This record gives sequence, structure tokens and C-alpha cells, in this order.
Amino acid sequence: MLAKEIERAGIPTVFVTSLPTIATMIGANRIVRGPAITHPFGLDEAERRRIVERALEMLESEVEPATVWEMET
Amino acid sequence: MRAVHYLNQFFAGLGGEEAAATPPTRLDGAVGPGRGLAAALEDIEIVATLACGDDYFGEHEDKALEVLLGLLEAERPDVLIAGPAFGSGRYGYACARFSRLAVERLDIPALAAMHEENPGVGATDGKALVVGTAVNVAGMRDALPRMAQLAQALASGRELGPPDEEGYLPRGFRRNRLAEKPGAERAVDLLLSKLGGETRSEVASGFDRVEPPAPVADLSEALVALVTEAGCVPQGNPDRLPTIRAQGWLRYSLAGEATLRSGEYESVHGGFDVTLANEDPNRLVPLDTVRALETEGRLGRIHDAFYTTTGNGTPVAASIRFGREIAAELTESGVHAVLLSGT
Repeated sequence: MLAKEIERAGIPTVFVTSLPTIATMIGANRIVRGPAITHPFGLDEAERRRIVERALEMLESEVEPATVWEMET
Repeated sequence: MRAVHYLNQFFAGLGGEEAAATPPTRLDGAVGPGRGLAAALEDIEIVATLACGDDYFGEHEDKALEVLLGLLEAERPDVLIAGPAFGSGRYGYACARFSRLAVERLDIPALAAMHEENPGVGATDGKALVVGTAVNVAGMRDALPRMAQLAQALASGRELGPPDEEGYLPRGFRRNRLAEKPGAERAVDLLLSKLGGETRSEVASGFDRVEPPAPVADLSEALVALVTEAGCVPQGNPDRLPTIRAQGWLRYSLAGEATLRSGEYESVHGGFDVTLANEDPNRLVPLDTVRALETEGRLGRIHDAFYTTTGNGTPVAASIRFGREIAAELTESGVHAVLLSGT
């Protein structure tokens, strides 16, 4: 809901969450699947940087509504 | 049974734009499209038509509504029918506001008719029913019988079925009802129908979608804000953010902060085990990483506050309000992009 309302104001928003299905149902458009509920931005700095980079890449990309990006493995 | 019909100045025959400043007025019986409506209504008489100029309503909404509600109440109707307003925004909004308040304040069932993308649809707030129409007056003949049918249902007080069966637009909530077949059989029916080329669903997808805003052109020039639904707050939760069903959101300064240290920040979210988050709050709000990227020039600047709430058990309406309030602050601060974390 926060993502949708902030995007409604025209500010691109990437939602990092481990529950992307729910995120798409409530209207988020840019979603990156985080590794776990308890630590969406990973456990260590290296992992966190990969997730943040992925999220930034999504902010720089044209997306269809309700797009979910997985972390590249 | 008795119905009251609401029209704008044009459809009530009072005049075009030159009469748009006409204050609320009462006319006897059915007028204009109301005559077609009356012909389609069984056992319901349109006892009066209330009309108001579109501009008058827009510019003096409170006063217009007060007068209209007074006139409506005096008629003791069983139902209020507003429109059809088709694609007209001012007219649709007036129909929506009037019918909504008829329900809320006077407990009079009400419906408004307009095109599904008319901004008035949202202004009913799900209180009054909306009958979808074509975008312009060419859809009059199609709209009136459907409005009449729904008015009949409302006036009789019978329990309404789902939107597609009764012919009104979804109001954004779901109601439990007893199905004739168990879920497994219905699922197989839907699958067979899908294989047959027709995709149906019992769960309508959310109709309130926001188109994704254009991407950020250059992040190295952008002001980026951090927002979280994961309940991250300064240690000790000084502002007492609830662990569930938050009533609001909080803003904390990040000025001069390079990282969210354990022992200085914590999560009070009641919906997951916060042990790992409290060991390193950057796992929820990645300040350490975005600061590094800021230093490296990958990101322009990090907004000097982060926004937080607990996203569990929050009613949809409250959550929408938080989003709007935070969005307003971000807009005012000139934020270009947001990194949001949820659990």
C-alpha cells in the first residue's frame, strides 16, 4: 500500500520483500524478492549490496505493472 | 415506493454551462432522463427531481449538500438515484457525493450512474452503489433500465449479490457467502473454462492500480529516500510505534548517520522474529550500503530522514493514508526515488 501510494505521487518506488505475491496484489509495481522475512536486505554487507544494486537497477528500468525481479543466482 | 432523482442543470433542462452556477432546486416528478427511468421502474414513483448546477456544486459543495440532503429527506424516499453522469467529472462527483451522504447521513439507499473511469466513482467510497455507463450520453438507453433494476433491488431492501450479477461496479471489498459447490469443484470448473479459452476468476483483481512511474533517469543525481514497513525505530521505541495495527508512521533523522547500529535501532514489528534485524538493523533499512553507494557516486544523495511503520494488521484505509502522507512529504522534499522494505 505504501509503495502504491508513493508511486501514485509519481515517485518510482522499489519494494524489497520476501512476499512478492502479496506485494503484487496490493498494487506495488517494482518488486525485488528479498531473501527472508526477517532480513529483506540480506545478512551481510556483500549480500545487501547485491540486493540494493538489483533494486536500483529496477528503479532505472521501465517496468510493467506488478513486476517481480528475483535475485540473480 | 418513492424515489428521488438527482440531475445536473443540463439534464434537468435548466440550461447548459451558462446555468452551471444554479443552486440546488426541486422539481416535481420525473424530468429529462428521469422520464425514461420512470418508465423502467415498477412500483416505484419518481416523486421529485433535485437538480444542481455543476459549478455551484463544485464551488459550494458543503452548502449544496446540506440543501440537497434537506430536500431529499423531506421527500421520505425509499431510494435516491443520481445521474447518469457518463464521463462528466463534475457531474459524476456531485452524484457520488450526494448519494454517498444520503446513505451515510440519512440511511437512504442510493445509487449513482457514471462511466467507470469517472473520478466520481472513488468519491462514493463504496457507500453508494455505482452503475457503470458508457462514456457519453449515447449510452443513455442502455443505462436507464440497469439503473432501474438496481434501484428496485435497493428500494426493496433485499440483500444484494455480487457486482457482476447485480450490475454495479465493485466497491473494493469482499463478502462471505455460501457457494453451491465446494471449492474443489469450482476450481475444476474454472480450470476447464480456462482450457476452453475463457479465463474467469472468483477473486477480482484489485481495480485500483497505479501505473509504474517512469524510471529514474540518473541515480547519481537523484535524492533517494528509505522507507520501511518493518517497524524499525530508535532503540527503546521512544515514540511507541505499535507492534501491530499501527495508527501512523514515524520519521527519523539520518543526518550524519553512516549505518544503523545494533543497540541504537531495533525493530518492534510484531509479525516476525526480530532477532536478526536487531543484530543488524541495516538488514531492514540498508543505510550502510546506500551510504557507501552515495560516497561512490552511484547515488546522488540519501534523503536525511527515513520513514517507518509496522505493516502488519494495518487496515487498508489506514495504510493508504500512511502512504499518501509519506508521499506528500517525499514530494515536498524533492525525493526522486524510494527504496521500501517490507517483510
